[in-house]
Amino acid sequence: MKRKHKRLTFVFIAMLLLGAASALMLSAFEENIVFFYSPTDVKEKKLTDGKRIRLGGLVEEGSVKKSDGAIVMFRITDLTTALAVSYKGILPDLFREGQGVIAEGKLQGGVFKADEVLAKHDETYMPPEIAEALKKSGQWKGKEK
Amino acid sequence: MFHRFANPTRFLKLADVIQPWIAGATLVLLGAGLYFGLFASPPDYQQGETVRLMYIHVPSAWMAMFCYSALAGSCAVALIWKHPLADLAARATAPIGAAFTFLALVTGSLWGKPMWGTWWVWDARLTSMLVLLFLYLGYIALNNAFDDPQRGSKSSAILALVGFVNVPIIKFSVDWWNTLHQPASVVKMGGPSIHADILLPLLLMAAAFTTYYLWVLLIRIRTEVALGKIRARQMQKAQTGYKG
Repeated sequence: MKRKHKRLTFVFIAMLLLGAASALMLSAFEENIVFFYSPTDVKEKKLTDGKRIRLGGLVEEGSVKKSDGAIVMFRITDLTTALAVSYKGILPDLFREGQGVIAEGKLQGGVFKADEVLAKHDETYMPPEIAEALKKSGQWKGKEK
Repeated sequence: MFHRFANPTRFLKLADVIQPWIAGATLVLLGAGLYFGLFASPPDYQQGETVRLMYIHVPSAWMAMFCYSALAGSCAVALIWKHPLADLAARATAPIGAAFTFLALVTGSLWGKPMWGTWWVWDARLTSMLVLLFLYLGYIALNNAFDDPQRGSKSSAILALVGFVNVPIIKFSVDWWNTLHQPASVVKMGGPSIHADILLPLLLMAAAFTTYYLWVLLIRIRTEVALGKIRARQMQKAQTGYKG
């Protein structure tokens, strides 16, 4: 075997091992890499009150209630389970019913008290006229109404 | 064919011929991309005019990963076959890739504040992209850390290859984990979910960024060759006792 073939084999095997090692590590740390939990995750894991987590899902249609003192109540759903959220503060531009959001805060007696709400943007991009036309013709597949 | 152009002198002759064409293509593509991106494309139905940041952000992020793949590929060739040109290409690529990564992070942050409501979050996509910037900076630092350039190249090439595991992690982070960052729109199963009017400026800018990379790469390789010659000249002078 020539020296350069030796080096080639060595680099190839090293890369394979490195890839395997990182795959194992990433799957071991999966819990910590996940940015947010869905309402179903929260229910299944029976997360106790007071632990800070991020909750992600869609804002349930017709659930947004704004009251005095800038407090907003809404429900986050993953279409199986829904969880009530209360938030005091300024909402991002993209926040609306049907939109994906991520709220950070803690559970308090069945209500998720958020101190930060982030809007999640989806991967669809189109001009406003096309979005209008799709809605009119009933071809609309987006989450937002 | 591969071996023929591994010789820097022969490569420079070829580079002289293609460089003006690449420069011309970059200017034309960039002009067209900016025109369509800023004037001749519609706003997005949700983001409004902010969507135009994507025409810088997405091509930068693609090029950040493309440059890193080119860097790792060149380093592998330099380590295994000891081609002198591969070593020069790796050294020339690293700062360009670092600049693209930085641009992607900054434009993403500017977009994130109005759209998501935050400049930065530690989700898998954003964090792995930041790691990519540190890999580039680490490569550049290690490459220059030795008095003997040969040793510097070898150590930094190993770092670049180890860091390559990060590239698939960046690409698939949005599919493997819940992230705040949206999943892929263009390179995905079932075709792009971007309307053609918005896709056109994006692809033009991506093509412009690619030819820009090749352009700057040729200039930087030329510089590296010249620096190598200067170094050799100085070594020769030192050996003959500072006479010449």
